[in-house]
Amino acid sequence: MSTLVKIKIDEKEYEVPRGRYLLAICQENGIPIPTLCHHESVEPWGGCRLCVVEFRKKRWDSWWTELATACLYPAEDGLCVWTRSEKVMKARRTILDLLLARCPGSEVITKIAAEHGVYQTSFAKREGEDNCILCGLCTRVCDRVGARAIATALRGALKEVSTPFGEPPPDCLGCLSCAHVCPTHTIGHTEADGKRTVWGRTFELVRCSGCGAASVTREQVEYAVRTKNLSPEYFVKCDACKRRESAATFAGLLFDERKGGEGPVGPTGSGPSHE
Amino acid sequence: MQRLTSPDALEKLRAELAGKRQAIKKTVFVCCGPGCLANGSRKIADAIGLQMEKQKVDASVGYRRCTTGCHGFCEQGPLVIVQPGDIFYCKVKPSDAATIVERTVKGDELVERLLYLDPGTKQRCKAFTEIPFYAKQTRVALARIGTLDPTDLGNAIASGGYASLAKALFTMKPDQVIDLVDRSGLRGKGGGGFLTGRKWRSCVKAPGDRRYVICNGDEGDPGAFMDRATMEGDPHCVIEGMIIGAYAVGSHEGYVYVREEYPLAVEYMQLGVDEARKAGLLGDNILGSDFSFDIKISRGGGAFVCGESSALMRSVEGKVGEPRAKYIHSVERGLWDQPTVLNNVETWATVPVIVQKGVDWFRSMGTKGSPGTKAFSLSGQVRNTGLIEVPMGVTLREVIFGIGGGLFKRRTFKAVQTGGPSGGCLPEDKLDLAVDFDELTRAGSMMGSGGMIVMDDRACMVDVARYFTAFLVDESCGKCVPCREGTKQLLALLTDITHGNATEDHLARIEALAATIMQASLCALGKSAPNPVLSTLKQFRQEYLSHIEKKRCPAGVCKPLTRFVIDEETCTGCGLCLKACPVDAIRGEKKKPHTIEPSKCITCAACREVCPVDAVEVAS
Repeated sequence: MSTLVKIKIDEKEYEVPRGRYLLAICQENGIPIPTLCHHESVEPWGGCRLCVVEFRKKRWDSWWTELATACLYPAEDGLCVWTRSEKVMKARRTILDLLLARCPGSEVITKIAAEHGVYQTSFAKREGEDNCILCGLCTRVCDRVGARAIATALRGALKEVSTPFGEPPPDCLGCLSCAHVCPTHTIGHTEADGKRTVWGRTFELVRCSGCGAASVTREQVEYAVRTKNLSPEYFVKCDACKRRESAATFAGLLFDERKGGEGPVGPTGSGPSHE
Repeated sequence: MQRLTSPDALEKLRAELAGKRQAIKKTVFVCCGPGCLANGSRKIADAIGLQMEKQKVDASVGYRRCTTGCHGFCEQGPLVIVQPGDIFYCKVKPSDAATIVERTVKGDELVERLLYLDPGTKQRCKAFTEIPFYAKQTRVALARIGTLDPTDLGNAIASGGYASLAKALFTMKPDQVIDLVDRSGLRGKGGGGFLTGRKWRSCVKAPGDRRYVICNGDEGDPGAFMDRATMEGDPHCVIEGMIIGAYAVGSHEGYVYVREEYPLAVEYMQLGVDEARKAGLLGDNILGSDFSFDIKISRGGGAFVCGESSALMRSVEGKVGEPRAKYIHSVERGLWDQPTVLNNVETWATVPVIVQKGVDWFRSMGTKGSPGTKAFSLSGQVRNTGLIEVPMGVTLREVIFGIGGGLFKRRTFKAVQTGGPSGGCLPEDKLDLAVDFDELTRAGSMMGSGGMIVMDDRACMVDVARYFTAFLVDESCGKCVPCREGTKQLLALLTDITHGNATEDHLARIEALAATIMQASLCALGKSAPNPVLSTLKQFRQEYLSHIEKKRCPAGVCKPLTRFVIDEETCTGCGLCLKACPVDAIRGEKKKPHTIEPSKCITCAACREVCPVDAVEVAS
């Protein structure tokens, strides 16, 4: 991986690690590439196809030029890439046109489409009110978290993101990672009176013993305790309160030192003191 | 069966089985392929068995009844063959069992009425070797199908099974096997036509902890049944091919991916694997060598996309069957990210024959670029539907008119669809095209796995394109936007045309959308999804224009664009149409021209189907 190779992007030369994905290289070098299904916390996917670039390379005995998704294309020596060629822009426009037909109500899609000169769809609009573009980020992030509570169901035009059998998902932690990564903000969730609802299931939130704020669900706490080897005590107070206490502890220690006391006893372990 | 611990033990068993076979006076083969089974061949087999017992010509006195896989001539099924003599009975009924046993098994006479009637010569054919459908074929991968009981390993061994395996294991080095396959020029018969030897070599070169071999039995094209027939008719040739391949690339674990919709294929492959393992042909130390390899059967849920290699591998892993980008080939990083060789059923079935008979023999058939043979399933509006195998390079005309027997009475050839939903339609002027991987691709279609659907003048090419596109809309895995959303919109545009709602720019819009789907889709399914539309548009543009500009479907298929009339001069007033019409829309007196009442007609085309003189026409 550490071997450097020379590649050309939009006629400009770059020296990059072999095997590094083109999208990452472009992002590092300030070359704008649109994408809707990519997120740094999960493996590249190649579903939305918006990040297509045109490339030319030698395979077997002849030169090829075709489109490839930047998110999945590894850099190799002598690779030549164009990120805004006519072919690329035409493909991106058609893809956005198709997405706009799927989600005519999505502000995000409407905005990106307009940036590419697509102001309304030329295709038949889908009936239905959700803005899901099936980018798969929610299900992949859910897998990454380890809950695996949601997945895609069916295929083709009927494909959808679903909980098992369409019922409130038994394995959901209510962590809202899915909602946070959703590029079209289409995963609905509510929070009120110490309760959070997502995917048709209501979760009880754990209140901080210090400030009373509610930020994590009981399922999240139990999951973290079970899988991350944390003490249940860890979740008694919220992060903000823990920080506040740590700060106070440090201030106290400094104060003690100046007074020349018995010497500081640093905080032990990862959990802050609850004294 | 005892465990075979050396190649000599295998040969000894073979000699023993062959000796037993020599002693058999006559064998009655009953075809139990899918077509014949559906027409009750199991009952025929039972009836023949019963009659043989009753008439005292059973196993105890050297007679044998054998149920086999698909014999190929499905159109004429159920089929019964009596050996020796290649005696071929077609359209057999259970009630014919007594006569067949009495006259042909017990006696040496033929049952004239059950023999095949050659429509060309008007003669009855005594042996199947005289029937043009068989005489013009060259069977390599399908050679043993129809001559043995697929559920009996002994049958396969007696017919030469696993001899190639012994030859490869004990007289060749793995690299020599690859070299042999490479020099034979064998190309993957699942559709892509990639050189099998090159694929195997790439797998060997790729770094990995383990290597896998997979048999792709996820045949999903409408109208294709070659792989099914092979797995149901001769599972051991597939298994043998896989073991040889595994030995060549150094794999110890293989998978056969079969769709659950092929229950018999699943059952017989499983049975075959179990039997082979018991006999020491699979598992540890195969035939006493130091090579070990085993096969597992993996059942698919029937998604078309799982025929695509990377989706298939995900499915074997137990994940959702979605393809991944193949910028790194699956031969380098396939099943569980390890180097993997995936070949289609027919390819695996061909490997043992090449090992046995050599490169020169294999290259003596077919074309320079595509040596060997290819199996096709012939269906649609052709007389002899069925399963065939021909050398590469034969013309479409030879296949459709020579082997297929041409079209039905009064119908003319319009197009042949090859390559399944990813392929295309070829018109009459392409009939003299030599069928091989490169020629078909050049003509705008593709070989695909070998489905061949013949269409006559009553097929609407726009409707055909719409049908295949609808299939792909349902079968797209839905992972990437161009394929999922694009094919859906393509279908909407085509439906506009068939409903008469299209405007003049529809064709341009279809072409533009098709270009993006082809360029930007993730896998081969998406990249080839516009083929049915583009190939019909290229070859039958006029028909599209008629739908759009004249709002008329010339073939009389698209209902909103069709009005049937009866030609006064041709109509003989026979009254058949009048009886067939479900809505009483036809008026007329006997022996006088009839007429259709347009306000009542529902364009069901029943009258057109029954008219013996083709007087029912599409109004201009």
